[in-house]
Amino acid sequence: MSDSTNTIETFANQEYKWGFVTDIEADAIPRGLSEDVVRLISAKKNEPEWLLEWRLKAYRHWLTLKEPEWANIHYPKIDYQNIIYYSSPKPKGDGPKSLDDVDPELLKTYAKLGIPLQEQAILAGVAVDAVFDSVSVATTFKAKLHEVGIIFGSFSEAVKEHPDLVRQYLGSVVPTSDNFFAALNSAVFSDGSFCYIPKGVKCPMELSTYFRINAKDTGQFERTLIVADEGATVSYLEGCTAPMRDTNQLHAAVVELVALDNAQIKYSTVQNWYPGDKDGKGGIYNFVTKRGACRGVNSKISWTQVETGSAITWKYPSCLLIGDNSVGEFYSVALTNNWQQADTGTKMIHIGKNTTSTIVSKGISAGHGQNTYRGGVKILKSATGARNYSQCDSLLLGDKCGAHTFPYLEVRNTSAQVEHEASTSKIGEDQIFYCRQRGISSEDAVSMIVHGFCKEVFRELPMEFAVEAQKLLGVSLEGSVG
Amino acid sequence: MTQAPAAEPWMQALRDRAFARFSELGFPTTHNEEWRFTNVAPIARTAFIPVAADTLLACSEAVKELGPGRAEAHLARYAAFDENPFVALNTAFLGNVTVLEIPRGVVIEQPIQITHEVPERPDLGTKLAAHPRTLILVGEGAQCTIVETYKGAGTYFTNAVTEIVVGDRAVVDHYKLQQESLSAFHISTLQAAIGRSATFASHSISLGGALVRNDANATLSEGSDATLNGLYIVNGTQHVDNHTLIDHAMPHGTSHELYKGILDGQAHAVFNGKIIVRKDAQKTDSKQTNKNLVLSDDAVVDTKPELQIFADDVRCTHGATIGQLDAESLFYMQSRGIGKREARRLLTYAFAQDVVDRIKVQSLRDSLERILFEKFHELAE
Repeated sequence: MSDSTNTIETFANQEYKWGFVTDIEADAIPRGLSEDVVRLISAKKNEPEWLLEWRLKAYRHWLTLKEPEWANIHYPKIDYQNIIYYSSPKPKGDGPKSLDDVDPELLKTYAKLGIPLQEQAILAGVAVDAVFDSVSVATTFKAKLHEVGIIFGSFSEAVKEHPDLVRQYLGSVVPTSDNFFAALNSAVFSDGSFCYIPKGVKCPMELSTYFRINAKDTGQFERTLIVADEGATVSYLEGCTAPMRDTNQLHAAVVELVALDNAQIKYSTVQNWYPGDKDGKGGIYNFVTKRGACRGVNSKISWTQVETGSAITWKYPSCLLIGDNSVGEFYSVALTNNWQQADTGTKMIHIGKNTTSTIVSKGISAGHGQNTYRGGVKILKSATGARNYSQCDSLLLGDKCGAHTFPYLEVRNTSAQVEHEASTSKIGEDQIFYCRQRGISSEDAVSMIVHGFCKEVFRELPMEFAVEAQKLLGVSLEGSVG
Repeated sequence: MTQAPAAEPWMQALRDRAFARFSELGFPTTHNEEWRFTNVAPIARTAFIPVAADTLLACSEAVKELGPGRAEAHLARYAAFDENPFVALNTAFLGNVTVLEIPRGVVIEQPIQITHEVPERPDLGTKLAAHPRTLILVGEGAQCTIVETYKGAGTYFTNAVTEIVVGDRAVVDHYKLQQESLSAFHISTLQAAIGRSATFASHSISLGGALVRNDANATLSEGSDATLNGLYIVNGTQHVDNHTLIDHAMPHGTSHELYKGILDGQAHAVFNGKIIVRKDAQKTDSKQTNKNLVLSDDAVVDTKPELQIFADDVRCTHGATIGQLDAESLFYMQSRGIGKREARRLLTYAFAQDVVDRIKVQSLRDSLERILFEKFHELAE
């Protein structure tokens, strides 16, 4: 057993490889949050009056809210006045007009992260919107997407160029008053991605946003809005990394998805924020509100997430199944190692008739990690014939970690069928023994078993990212195998 | 504040502490996670006069009935009142405590029957509240069966607390039959402290009451075995809430839990099953199941099976389902000449049978079968 203990430990103790800092001049505003700061951010972005009003409304509401305490996570109180709410790499001249004008230092950063911002690059099938601290620095393949009528780019641009679309959908899924962090985000959000797929269009490539926190003591508050019009289909991926620092940084994002009749949205996340060091120092606080609304009939929203980073993850990608026959899916792998804490899961709210939802959640805890699944399935009175299947499995590596499951099933319509299953286990010594017997080293055996455990979720990821996610899982687990 | 007779000083001090704690806690609201789906406002806004319930005890002579004086070392040591306001309330009104002791190594064949009935007192002109309290000390290696029955008539409030200390290697079967009147409020807490290698089983049958909340909590020691079973059948506007907590505090414990519910009319059922596996409780094996059968369009079910696991070498599973009678089974029976109503009745009965079959006391099982048969007759109409 001691042999496999060591293996598991080495397996889980790999270093965070994205922890470098880019030396780039930043344009940051002073610390603290007030109505003036909200106005300042809005002014910096030359926003229309309605958006400023919208922000202020959110800010005023935020003041009345209290930070939620129900989650199964523990952290020192966040001082919201000690955060820099806006920071952007200083533009040389008037700001980049095209990819060629982007600061080479930034391009280097993304190249180092393995995100090519050159359109001729290897990952040619993916259009990337790169967000650096508070602003979007580049979007690739814009022209090509424009040909089929797809709007994809930074949020700020979308506000200027397509104000009607933004105004129509912004806050329609996650209202400003939704929760503490969503209200905060609505007040100070700086940038993010906006995507609109017109009627009947199948997006020809994967769309993706890459978030990078670089500046110190800043919070990142981005907002993503994806609208799939009738019959449209899109697959979207977000990735994120941050430098290694001793202090905690706050990331409070909001993602809204809208699917109209027969539309399909697949949203995948590979979350790899800096998780803190092995003593639990530093790391990102990831407090994110993600929600999709299946507004139209036969629409479908699918969330896939691989959560390996962040000191604390507080995230519940949800689906509002409003349209008849709409489908919601949630596939998640959440890994907590060292002192990481994750309270994550989903909410499926069945409103329309014959709506179905599937939840598959895999939690892996190692080191002192605490992993919580919290999921809600609500079948409203109107949701005749609704169907839900949930499965959440936890794998424990080591005896100091914890795995927790809090499923909520609320049924208001009796024609519904709701099933929930959960299990918790560890890697059996017999399983390791079996592999060793066949000449597989215990390290490989553990890695194989973990990957097998997560397979159902990885299967849902777009091809390139499935490979990426598997590698990431191996790295994040290094040294924890015990 | 209480009408209970003057008590010994330690008991008075306990009452005062509990009352102070209750004053701090107040009645829980739905903002409290533990009471999220159960609103106790109807209890909080009704004025009650505390009375002693008529407690009837039938047991063999081998069971020792102790005076409350002997209970000092145990009373309120298991059912903590610092969290649960209703336990605090019960402790504040400590009066006629039933204290039983089953001596070491004694095997008692005949079930110990304890019946609590809230009396009818129209002369008082107001609603009554009873706070029955039971403490059962089961000695090392002893064996016994306990049957608790709750009943009454009219509108009243029963707030019961039962503490059971199961000695090492003892075997205890506990049955609770809740048959309160349909306009009564019933809140109860069962707290079992299970000794090393001891076996404890609780069976909670909830049939009556307008607003019912049952807490069944068990703390396990090394190698203990705990079973928590439950059956709730509700109709009309009844609300029943079952909370269970299995605390695997030590290694090598096993626990099994099966709660089944049948709902009709506009009834509302809540199930919250929590399993905690503490840091050192390795080799724990725990299984929890909650199944709900919903017969009407307006019934509501909220279920929340919870696992909190801090040890790695464990096997824990839980499952929950909410559904209706299987259309295919109904069709099959109809195709064989069984009327639709009869088929529904049979299938519902079969659903409940699973829990009923686990009852080991023959007389209780017989009477329950009879009650269920009548009940399903009504349900299927």
